[in-house]
Amino acid sequence: MTGRDDLVFNEMLNGAEVRAAYQSLERWHKSMPDDLRSLKQSEAENLFKRVGITFAVYGEGGDPERLIPFDMFPRVFTDTEWRKLDRGIRQRAAALNAFLADVYDRGEIIKAGRIPEHLITRNAAFEKAAIGFRPPRSVYSHIVGIDLVRTGTDQFYVLEDNCRTPSGVSYMLQNREIMMRMFPQLFVENRIAPVDGYARLLKKTLASVAPEKCDSEPTVVILTPGQFNSAYYEHSFLADLMGVELVEGQDLFVEGDFVWMKTTEGPRKVDVIYRRLDDDFIDPLCFRPDSMLGVPGLMSVYRSGGVNICSCPGAGVADDKAIYTYVPEMIRFYLGEAPILENVPTWQCAKQDDYKYVMEHLPELVVKEVHGSGGYGMLVGPAADKSTIELFRQKIVENPGNYIAQPTLSLSACPTFVDAGIAPRHVDLRPYCLVGETIELVPGGLTRVALTEGSLVVNSSQGGGVKDTWVLAE
Amino acid sequence: MLSRTANHLYWMARYIERAETTARLLEVGGRNALMPDIGGGFRNDWEAILQANGTLEMFNDKYSETVQRNIETFLFFDADNPSSVLSCINMARENARVVRTALTSSVWDAINGAYQELKQFQRTERSKVELTDLTEWTLRATALIRGCIETTQLRNDGYHFMGTGFGIERGDNTSRMLDVKYYVLLPSLSYVGSGLDQSQWVTLLRSMSAYRAFNWTYPGELSAAKIADFLILNRMFPRSLLSAVYQTCDHLDHLGRGYGGTTPAQTKVREILAELAEASVEDIFEEGLHEFLIRFMRRNGELAFTVQESYLQGMPR
Repeated sequence: MTGRDDLVFNEMLNGAEVRAAYQSLERWHKSMPDDLRSLKQSEAENLFKRVGITFAVYGEGGDPERLIPFDMFPRVFTDTEWRKLDRGIRQRAAALNAFLADVYDRGEIIKAGRIPEHLITRNAAFEKAAIGFRPPRSVYSHIVGIDLVRTGTDQFYVLEDNCRTPSGVSYMLQNREIMMRMFPQLFVENRIAPVDGYARLLKKTLASVAPEKCDSEPTVVILTPGQFNSAYYEHSFLADLMGVELVEGQDLFVEGDFVWMKTTEGPRKVDVIYRRLDDDFIDPLCFRPDSMLGVPGLMSVYRSGGVNICSCPGAGVADDKAIYTYVPEMIRFYLGEAPILENVPTWQCAKQDDYKYVMEHLPELVVKEVHGSGGYGMLVGPAADKSTIELFRQKIVENPGNYIAQPTLSLSACPTFVDAGIAPRHVDLRPYCLVGETIELVPGGLTRVALTEGSLVVNSSQGGGVKDTWVLAE
Repeated sequence: MLSRTANHLYWMARYIERAETTARLLEVGGRNALMPDIGGGFRNDWEAILQANGTLEMFNDKYSETVQRNIETFLFFDADNPSSVLSCINMARENARVVRTALTSSVWDAINGAYQELKQFQRTERSKVELTDLTEWTLRATALIRGCIETTQLRNDGYHFMGTGFGIERGDNTSRMLDVKYYVLLPSLSYVGSGLDQSQWVTLLRSMSAYRAFNWTYPGELSAAKIADFLILNRMFPRSLLSAVYQTCDHLDHLGRGYGGTTPAQTKVREILAELAEASVEDIFEEGLHEFLIRFMRRNGELAFTVQESYLQGMPR
């Protein structure tokens, strides 16, 4: 969207040279005849379809079960590149959790004047029911998805944090399985760090945050909104890999001080709930009374230490786009360290000076809704026509606090298969950091790719695809 | 295991069995339609099929004529008919999808594959599809699913809930198939022995893939008594009522042992089994075949209800 190809960082190239990490892939794609390529492509699609890896889109007509386009050209990180990302991601996940433990307790960061109080207490994701209660190990967000973009050889930015229930990890795992099945030779030629330990680490993480009241091997479950949820496949996939039950609200009930699941042998106590359900829906007695998806009374059991909920209710206050600006500050405040990963410079339309700047530079900027997600409700200035820009100007005037703006970054591009061979397409990266007794991160993540030439929007709901993501072992 | 998971497995099995039965009924009807009409006073054979399937009324509301093309559409492709092959396969797959974690990948592949192929079938021009294509496809698809279950599933409680579902549904379905005879040949046995009647009995045997097996088992002339004995009381024939109930009983016993305690479901199935094991063809004909079958279906239904209450709702017991 910069319209200037020379400004886009192509991850495969160093000037005109192919970087060492990509040389085997360069040979691989050049020696692959077109017919073999299309054969492999349809083989991959069939594998996805047969395994049932679909995401559901309801209410738009057509087949509700769709495939996310899979691009066979892998994206590669060197060991050195990854080591920096690894440290930066762990640091960020630790700081975000420290922040959550603080704002639901003494609020030192507010008292120290580092973050304005209203951004927290008036935030829709701030959960009053979570005040004064400390979850096991003081961890609130157990699975932190950090969205990263790259603009140069050594330049990464964090685009946003996802502290609630980031999705997509099943694609990270399945993309790898499918690549290994289709192109085993690539894995012989390159030393690619495995990602398949993720499920084991996830289970270990969840078990490590069982409540103190749990005195035997903890029973972990995944709570799903049900089969009509777009990420249902992922929920069942993770439950299967971990060997835990996949439950719906109707399978659980509260009695005495505990949560129980209904089994063929009668009720069985549940200790840790990995919920893939928004706060609003988990307990109709505490939150939305019309929710049919949750478990009445769950919150009171949680608050009395009978069960743990991952992520904890209220964790969303840390991944809000208005809070995002302050994450580097959190890292300095709680960890006393310099941030390893940078934020994208962000203007908050709620601030007088920022507002003025945004209004004057709208056609150059990316504007996002503070609470939006999935690439909806977003303005990409340089790619938008005049009337869209004016529409956003009007929206910002009406409710400045609802918008932030960022410079249009020149996102890096990765070689991607297109009709006429390969071409660079913009990519981002979401690694999944696990926080429990320890902080764990598998070497890799989900690479999303904007398949349309020039497009910067990588969301699957808007025509994005996915790639296997390699971290080369030393 | 979660009660809901058990419930989905149980119903998945029931729908697979039901899809197969609907296809078998379609086959009986298709073959019967090739026989000369038995003439005045008796109903159209196709109506008998719908009657046994429990869908005659729904069919009449929707279609004007009981001609083969309409019946094929209704029994195979019609999504509004809950017993159509399409509906059953869709429901089996929906149930399976929800409990993917409790199925091996080969079982899921077989079910999902059937679903995808059926979608392909729907897109094929109808004039290019013969009735036998439809029925044979269904029997193959369900046999594949069953085979995958038998060869790959762990013999845990999930397996036995599937087995219970197959057993209960099979008992119900065999009695319905047999009951077709009642509707075709009112009031009872007055036509037994006529050439036409024989061929209808034979068609029934064929549709249950049992014609040759029957001939091996019962030498001599074909008779209504022998066929009823075979389809109701013979332990060797896997689709007989007695076999179906034995199967259900066996799976329920496994569940009882695995869970270390019995429920009213085990008691109920034993009652049904005891009566069938004692019964003779003479008793059945004395009671009236139709009356006997209706009674069996009712008790089998009560058993299903008891299983539901004992295991599939997850309440303390």
